[in-house]
Amino acid sequence: MTATQQAEKRTDATGAPRHLLAIDDLGPEGIGEVMRLTDSFVEVSRRPIPKVPALRGKTVASLFFEDSTRTRLSFETAARRLSADVMTFSAGSSSLSKGESLRDTVLTVEAMGVDAMVVRHSAAGVPTQVAGWVRGASVVNAGDGWHEHPTQALLDCYTIGRRKGGLEGLRIAIVGDVRHSRVARSCVTAFAGLGAHVTLVSPPTLLPASLAGWPVEVSHDFDSVLPKLDVVYLLRLQKERMTEALLPSLREYTATYGLTRRRAELLAPGAIVMHPGPVNRGVEVAAEVVDMDVSAVTEQVANGVAVRMAVLYLLLGSGVDLASA
Amino acid sequence: MDAEDVRRATWRMAHEIVERNPDPSQLAIIGLQTGGVWLAERLARIVGEVTGGDVEMGTLDVAFYRDDIGLRPVLPEAATHIPVDLTGTTVVLVDDVLFTGRTIRAALNALGDYGRARAVQLAVMVDRGHRELPIRPDYVGKNLPTRRDEMVDATEEGVVIGDVQVP
Repeated sequence: MTATQQAEKRTDATGAPRHLLAIDDLGPEGIGEVMRLTDSFVEVSRRPIPKVPALRGKTVASLFFEDSTRTRLSFETAARRLSADVMTFSAGSSSLSKGESLRDTVLTVEAMGVDAMVVRHSAAGVPTQVAGWVRGASVVNAGDGWHEHPTQALLDCYTIGRRKGGLEGLRIAIVGDVRHSRVARSCVTAFAGLGAHVTLVSPPTLLPASLAGWPVEVSHDFDSVLPKLDVVYLLRLQKERMTEALLPSLREYTATYGLTRRRAELLAPGAIVMHPGPVNRGVEVAAEVVDMDVSAVTEQVANGVAVRMAVLYLLLGSGVDLASA
Repeated sequence: MDAEDVRRATWRMAHEIVERNPDPSQLAIIGLQTGGVWLAERLARIVGEVTGGDVEMGTLDVAFYRDDIGLRPVLPEAATHIPVDLTGTTVVLVDDVLFTGRTIRAALNALGDYGRARAVQLAVMVDRGHRELPIRPDYVGKNLPTRRDEMVDATEEGVVIGDVQVP
């Protein structure tokens, strides 16, 4: 398949997106549409019976080639609340261990009559590859390598929008290991696309090799940036980074870039603290700060289900004719 | 129908609602997003004035319950807002125009997810015919014979077919 054909397959005849592989597939208007639709699904989630028949008869398969608890559960809960059937695939117990290729695995799953595949993989670009292989199914990227995690960025936009009334003009810092973070890549695109000013606060060893084209400022001085922020977005620091000699020690990282109790007192009134999880309490953020009112961490998780309902509904239920794609 | 006709029809429908449901505390008036919301607000206000009690008012979007999902673009107009558990109440569903009945079918399914109402009644400003399901309104502003391909618009300012005003 040529690159043009592949690009054409990303939308259907009506121009509606068929896959969600990166935040750029939506653009600022598309993000706005997801946000608007999410309001309706937040309402559904609050009902005594938090379920609607919208995707009855559709099947959503989650294909996780990398471990995850919250993202997989969040997508599967979202699909079930839309009355879709859910198939779960986990790499460990699959025929991959018998040597079946990724492509054959994907085509096998699709042949069972799947309408959407939610794909996570440790290698960047796998969901895009899968989108090129499938014939009719929609593909949703649930995190690929260091590349993108678009539904995380969407739920973060929604959470910020709920607390602050919108993202336009907000000052947001993304703090920590930007280099190895797919969340940071999706969030930078989404936040900046909606008009926020994004600052990356990170040690030089944990910044990407090139920031060309990133709509961001960079700082290595957390204390000076902190009081001006509306949103502090902390990234998870993976312990493996120590063994790679990118950081001298966890304690030094916490002292320079962690949201300690002392730093939390520097927060502007009304500022919020976010984290995509899982949280390393005591490393990137002090344990007690996670539980303070400024923390939006549990809202992020709750909104995640509603946002993923909106994404699945947009791709599968909103009138997109998959056969003509 | 002009604005005055709509006002009179609304007033009459509100009184018919009170006649059948004298206790406003047992009543919830729910407008369908977005066309039925103005009428539901007016009916709730008049019923409240006539009975001297407060009437629960809510809004309902039925997009996720429609039977044409996948056949045409279906997106909610606005989020549903139903402030009370509907178990035991009498619900008056309100829409601007009753046509095929499919929206009301979807609304009945949606209402079921908010509790078991004691009864559901239907109020519409215009019944334009062409039903595809066995559904009939309890309160009607005006019965209006139409062609299937015509557009009917019912607002506070009046009722219009296509762009010609109904006499």
